[in-house]
Amino acid sequence: MRHDKKFQYNMSDRKIILNVDQLKLTITRLSSEIIENHIELIDKCAIIGMQPRGVQLSQQIHTMLEYETGYSVKYGLLDSTFFRDDFRRREDVIIPNKTNIEFSLEGLNVILIDDVLFTGRSVRSSLDALVSFGRPNSVELLVLIDRRFSRELPIQPKYIGKSIDVIENEHVVVNLDGNNSSVILLNEKS
Amino acid sequence: MKHLSVNHLLGIKYLNKDDINLIFHLANSFKEVLNRPIKKVPTLRDLTVANLFFESSTRTRISFELAQKRLGADVVNFSAGTSSLSKGESLIDTANNILAMKVDVIVLRHSNPGAAEFLSNHVKSVIVNAGDGSHEHPTQALLDAFSIREKLGSIKNKKVLIIGDVKHSRVALSNIFCLQKLGAKVRVCGPSTLIPKYLNKLDVEVSHNLKESLEWCDVANILRIQLERQKNNFFPSNREYAMLFGVNQELLSSLSQDILLLHPGPINRGVEVTSDVVDSHNSIVLNQVENGVAIRMAILYLLAAKIKR
Repeated sequence: MRHDKKFQYNMSDRKIILNVDQLKLTITRLSSEIIENHIELIDKCAIIGMQPRGVQLSQQIHTMLEYETGYSVKYGLLDSTFFRDDFRRREDVIIPNKTNIEFSLEGLNVILIDDVLFTGRSVRSSLDALVSFGRPNSVELLVLIDRRFSRELPIQPKYIGKSIDVIENEHVVVNLDGNNSSVILLNEKS
Repeated sequence: MKHLSVNHLLGIKYLNKDDINLIFHLANSFKEVLNRPIKKVPTLRDLTVANLFFESSTRTRISFELAQKRLGADVVNFSAGTSSLSKGESLIDTANNILAMKVDVIVLRHSNPGAAEFLSNHVKSVIVNAGDGSHEHPTQALLDAFSIREKLGSIKNKKVLIIGDVKHSRVALSNIFCLQKLGAKVRVCGPSTLIPKYLNKLDVEVSHNLKESLEWCDVANILRIQLERQKNNFFPSNREYAMLFGVNQELLSSLSQDILLLHPGPINRGVEVTSDVVDSHNSIVLNQVENGVAIRMAILYLLAAKIKR
């Protein structure tokens, strides 16, 4: 809803990075990695989806974690608008999405989830916003797509769906709607 | 979604429906922030706000100051009693002197209608009107409408009654503008001496029958009798006012439906409303106060977003 610029895409110049089946495998693998690392303290874990685009992925991973482990896993959504570093630097005012964390993060192992990691600035603001809910024991980052060599801050995910090299005018579009799920690379019309 | 259509908050008169809805959307987010263990965000940390209060205030001043501090802004406070105003300094000079100390936003309360607009034309700063005489009190109207919306789901087609001293009330005028822009029907009720004549131009119904009006409405906003402005004897006595226009439990119990009660404060218990009513489940007075901080954070955020770096 907020920082989506209206890009014109060259639709013939699109490349599928992950198709439906590959996506399913990747999300299952990411969930398994979380279980592998946290199975003994799964009740001390919290899955936090980053607004707006980490929401769907975090929901799917959370559902899978609960299904596979049989435990209830804490879940919340975080919007970091008020902690961003570009206030008064954008043309439009930044409109926040909903934050919904109904428990304290004090002492929990937080797994922060977003779809695409690009500059790392959203993750930076999310880390600041998280602390408002208590001091977590640890914070790990999970992303579906890691756009390598585009980082502007020293941020590195622990769980990565797929790492890709993308040039500046290419855009990664993640769609997680059922049978139409895919990750594609679009080339912005010059 | 772009920006607010205005650069200052001078009155509800200048806002459109989209502006009001944008303010409400942000207020919802800030309300969530205010319920976090750490209720502070750093968004306005590079801005300084001056609260210039030339008229006394408790609620509004504290609410604004909290809103500013929770947004991370630096805050300076000024109140008329302790200032150079008593040495004869003009409003523009006072404001410009404060601005020379690099202040970005001025929140102004003043007893003269139009003071905020006047200042906005003469000094280079964002101006927020925190009440100008009997003219407007926009943040109060916004928090009132926000509180009604929160309880009833929507303002559209709701019937809102404003009771009491409409003539001296900035809350009344701002409320009328705000509620009408959101699609509510507005009626005022009070002694004829306290109902200004211009109201018929604002598409507002006027009644002098409290019981019938309470039966008509979904929401009643009870105004404070401004005891300090009653030197001209607009009504014979507080006791008579309480008997004819005071809201009491007996009156509420006789109604065919439950109504929501608001009061902008400070309350004269036993005059415009009885104590048991203020403390009853119908009253959302404390919700109004809580929402006030969120509404003011929303306004400061949206106006600050327009300040060029």
